[in-house]
Amino acid sequence: MSIEETISRRTGSGKNDLSVPPLTEDDLLEMYRTMVLSRTLDERVWLLNRQGKAAIVASAQGHEGAQVGAVKASDPSRDHYLIYYRELCTMMALGVTPTEMLLGFLAKEGEPMSSARQFPLHGSMDRVDIVSFSNVVATQLPHAVGFALADQMRGIDAVTIAYFGDGAASMGDTHESMNFAGIHKLPVVFFCENNRYAISVPLSKQMAIDSVADRAEGYGMPGVTVDGMDPVAVYEAMYLAIANARNGGGPTLVEARVERFYPHTSDDDHTRYRSADDIETMTQRDPIEIMEQLLVSRDLLGEARKEQIWDSATRIVNEATQAAEDAPLPQPTGDNDIYKHLYADSNGN
Amino acid sequence: MPEINIRDALQMGHHEALENDPDVLIMGEDIGAYGGAYSVTAGLLDEFGPERVRDTPISEAAFVGAGIGAAVGGLKPIVEYMNLNFALLAFDQMINIGASLRYMSGGQVSVPIVYRAPTGGGIQLAATHSRSYENWLAAIPGMKVVAPSTPADALGLLRSSLLDPDPVLMVEHVLMYQQKGFVPDEHFIVPIGLADIKRPGSDLTIVSYHHAMVTAMEVADKLAARDVSAEVIDLRTLRPLDMPTVITSVKKTNRVLLLEENLKTGGIMGEIAAQIQENAFDFLDGPVVRVGAEDVPHPYNRGLEQSMIPSADKAIAAVSAAYGI
Repeated sequence: MSIEETISRRTGSGKNDLSVPPLTEDDLLEMYRTMVLSRTLDERVWLLNRQGKAAIVASAQGHEGAQVGAVKASDPSRDHYLIYYRELCTMMALGVTPTEMLLGFLAKEGEPMSSARQFPLHGSMDRVDIVSFSNVVATQLPHAVGFALADQMRGIDAVTIAYFGDGAASMGDTHESMNFAGIHKLPVVFFCENNRYAISVPLSKQMAIDSVADRAEGYGMPGVTVDGMDPVAVYEAMYLAIANARNGGGPTLVEARVERFYPHTSDDDHTRYRSADDIETMTQRDPIEIMEQLLVSRDLLGEARKEQIWDSATRIVNEATQAAEDAPLPQPTGDNDIYKHLYADSNGN
Repeated sequence: MPEINIRDALQMGHHEALENDPDVLIMGEDIGAYGGAYSVTAGLLDEFGPERVRDTPISEAAFVGAGIGAAVGGLKPIVEYMNLNFALLAFDQMINIGASLRYMSGGQVSVPIVYRAPTGGGIQLAATHSRSYENWLAAIPGMKVVAPSTPADALGLLRSSLLDPDPVLMVEHVLMYQQKGFVPDEHFIVPIGLADIKRPGSDLTIVSYHHAMVTAMEVADKLAARDVSAEVIDLRTLRPLDMPTVITSVKKTNRVLLLEENLKTGGIMGEIAAQIQENAFDFLDGPVVRVGAEDVPHPYNRGLEQSMIPSADKAIAAVSAAYGI
């Protein structure tokens, strides 16, 4: 059954209501630029970690296609994004700038996501509707359900996307959230980026089934699996799920099968738990290359333009790195008093 | 207004909140047709409907986490736990998220949620219904915790909790829902963070809260028969603590009994004892007296359970031993 059929049949929302607008040339090029910028920044923060300047980094490399496709399917002017820590490309796609990210990674003064109180990849940004979350995985899924509940009760036309990995899929919060969303037909899309590893634990030791999406049936919602390395395929699946939620059809579980090119974080070495074969084969498909092939096939990308896009990303990231390195460190006084922001009326001592 | 009990006061507070603010939502287990485990939400489903008085699956992480999300998303949720012991299942949400989000977002995100939970022992429901964890949550920066012992305080603190832009936990002692008292006719609130001198006195300060306040008043009555004048302070709020009221009283009476029904080890009174010795050491005529529950899980058997909960006589014996009164 096609993804379109799965979603429309399960929710009874009618196939005709759920057609996917094709991506324009501008859309595709914008998605490509975002992926390239994310990849370039991702490489840079890994380097800054190795230089001892960024305390901890979780790479999104291998997930960029899924992330850029999901954001493209949504409406950032009204939708909510309850992300998890491997979402650098999602954050870029939503408009967080490389300078803002780097101020966060280096925990500098003026860091806009937490005032240097939280990892940048766990940060909040009101401007782009990103909300911070715990290091305990899956805790953002009940929040997503609550966002959707608030929108449903207040009659606000918005969809919430709840991002999580395959590791978080085993958490009780995930089950409880999907159950709650299913009962109340809440406008939320559960978006699982399944990279087959919960830190070091492979999928076969995380679940007795092959696909996270298979669980959707138990919550009364459609579940679909999509090639997460293909940005357009993810866009199409997410567009259907989001449109269905917007039309009152309730939640959908979308599982994007991706690869995690780097270790879990900068604190571990995946050669200790992944076989050489696994590491070799996982990088044979790269979402950026898949996007390049599509663009080339449509005559939208030649060598000169490709070079220009990568050079531009490098220049942007170089400038952002310089700005972040030049920014002062916060001193725990005045506006940076450590008691500030504890309560609404805490201005620091 | 005639005398009403704490349950009625809370029910009234919920009713007016639902009536006055369309963004108020109550969620919890069996709060709809059942009316809540202790009948606090009785009748509200019929008047306000199943969306705003929302029965949830047995899933504390989901309804607490969804409450937090809904609070960030613009609603004013009241989340009722059937019992504070079940809140353990959602401590991650309450502590790591609810109490931390404003701070960890650098002030960008408010979580205006109210949690309510019955707690406490004395009705033979054994340990996993009877233990109290309000002291644990009162140890968390970002939380506020209130524990009323009168109907007026229950209503006034509920109103304040609903006005608060940060998460507030109200704990309700299961033995106190029938506790009666007068509630002012005119609108009033009880500010969070303000203790109340329930009985003035000059010879001994008794600091207590919740159902232990009943015991504290009994202690004061019995001491009065011996010409000892006890001042009884009801903390009402466990975070932030109103230490100025406590310290001022101790400096006046020079003696202090800290009385709680929670376990003595790790209880809130340990913190208060430390702050008294930090701030009023030279005013004390003897050691700070601390009386709490025995450090065991609540036994089911009535006699065994009662033997772990501090009595007035036990408290008086401890005061006599310390101060010779």
